[in-house]
Amino acid sequence: MKKKRTYNLSEKIIVVIIAVLCLIIIYPFYYVLIVSFSSVKALNTHVPYLLPYTIDLEGYKAVFQDKHMLSSLCNSIIVTVVGVALNMLLSLMGAYVLSKKTLMGRKLFLSLIIFTMLFNGGLVPYYLVVTRLGLKNVIWSMILPTGINTFYLIIMKNYFASLPQSLEESAKIDGANDIVILTKIIIPISMPFVATFFLFYAVERWNEWWNAMLFINKKSLMPLQINLREILINYSPQLATQAQLIISSNQKSNMQAVQMASIVVATVPIICVYPFIQKHFVKGVMVGSIKE
Amino acid sequence: MKKKNKKNTVIYILERINKDKLLYAMLLPVLIWYLIFCYMPMGGLSLAFKNYKFNMGLWKSPFIGFTHFKTMFADYDFWRAFKNTIIFSLGKLVLHFPTPIILAILLNEITRMRTKKVFQTVLTFPHFISWVVLSGILINMFGSTGIINNILQAMGLRTVSPLMSKSSFRPFIWISNIWKEVGWDSIIYLAALAGIDPTLYEAASIDGANKFQSTIHITWPSIRGTVAIMLILAVGSIMSSGASFDQVFNLYSAPVYSVADTIDTYVYRASFTVGLNFGYTTAIGFLKSIINMVLIVVANKTVKAMGEDGLL
Repeated sequence: MKKKRTYNLSEKIIVVIIAVLCLIIIYPFYYVLIVSFSSVKALNTHVPYLLPYTIDLEGYKAVFQDKHMLSSLCNSIIVTVVGVALNMLLSLMGAYVLSKKTLMGRKLFLSLIIFTMLFNGGLVPYYLVVTRLGLKNVIWSMILPTGINTFYLIIMKNYFASLPQSLEESAKIDGANDIVILTKIIIPISMPFVATFFLFYAVERWNEWWNAMLFINKKSLMPLQINLREILINYSPQLATQAQLIISSNQKSNMQAVQMASIVVATVPIICVYPFIQKHFVKGVMVGSIKE
Repeated sequence: MKKKNKKNTVIYILERINKDKLLYAMLLPVLIWYLIFCYMPMGGLSLAFKNYKFNMGLWKSPFIGFTHFKTMFADYDFWRAFKNTIIFSLGKLVLHFPTPIILAILLNEITRMRTKKVFQTVLTFPHFISWVVLSGILINMFGSTGIINNILQAMGLRTVSPLMSKSSFRPFIWISNIWKEVGWDSIIYLAALAGIDPTLYEAASIDGANKFQSTIHITWPSIRGTVAIMLILAVGSIMSSGASFDQVFNLYSAPVYSVADTIDTYVYRASFTVGLNFGYTTAIGFLKSIINMVLIVVANKTVKAMGEDGLL
């Protein structure tokens, strides 16, 4: 009986340690939240630790009145929707086909694809290829180059390969072709799996900033993350955005409410999507794939 | 006879393609994507041996052999970036690699499912936030008027600026990366741990083993395989995302270039800000990719020689 008591004690200690860790991890986000709701005046004199000094929606008003912010939000939404559609289309088709062991040339294709994970041309050749294709200052510059994530593709392929052959065989007897099998049988059965990658890709597209940085300099096409980058990191009084004009001060501390409000606005979609990721993902997706 | 065999093979191939024509049709766009965005840039590596001139384009630019590589070996900035990349990656291997494993082992001890799930949710959250946002938060919190310095001043201590100081920038990168990724990285280890048969632990405790002993003799052998694969991936990324480009790029600034500049950030600045010859920066990228590939292959072979399943 004594052994059981000590076991519980060690578990309790672990819970405390991890709880502290969680607080440390969460606090910066909490801080963002409270600053975003603080009034600019209060931020000048006080730094809020746990609660905002005065609750004010100034930051959010400035964010939503900024035309540049709204257009970049739209751009990110378009990039995410179209991008994920392309991602899922290519990944599902590719993974399904490559999971068919009887396909001629399968090993060759797989080696060629996996090779791209080991070796790539580097930044400059990539830049040159994409721009020579005309993908400069076009919305497709942010969508096409990120068409497939090889890592996800391989995991999906392994998963499809693990599904029972009988599914496909009985469908073929009923006269279904491969496209029908994929769309009407395989995908519905693999829904949690497919949903997980849908969400992973969605978060990736939403966080897109690198291709925009390389290929876009038209302000009207910039996605949210680039806009955020200007507000948060590249802050410069010369970039007279609407938000700055509204607050009209050079002090960085006055921008804080606006900065933090922008962060919240950019992160809310991820927070909304996050519980669904958690729900579907914990089905041991990773274990099965790595074992193969 | 030979002619007949050739004809048969060709017919055989065509027959198989025809049988699976829908499959090949589905695969085609995928292959085209890889061709355009992965293999065509590889073809562009020939730039590393040319003196790139904008008006002549890639094919017509003059060939200069290994000149760029000679320049590279004499380039102080390149070696600095190379050194920093290695230091960042080694630090990451030592500091960052073990933490998700330890966290997973700790989390696995928690029996109440709900607590475990709540912890997992919180810990995994920062992984989905981009470095653009996280850098904004960190720059704000650790800035001269930020909350951290506020607290320090209130306690009567000196203010700090970790992002501007050469001695603290690297540790800051390591720690903030752990903060962002430890939850996510621990998932794969947790999955491996979940597959361990609980009766093994019961049998061990009946035999008189304490927690520590059962961790070494039961837990560790069961996750060894996973650790091996993750280690290969980590070693393979020494040259690149050892210090994640996104992270360094968004957090660094001129005062800390000497400790923070990595190969990737150097190539970016050299190509687009400073305006060095594209052929030169391609050569740097080329070298980096080769080292990368060698590292993965070596790591994979080493792990296989030690008895675990490799990645390739």
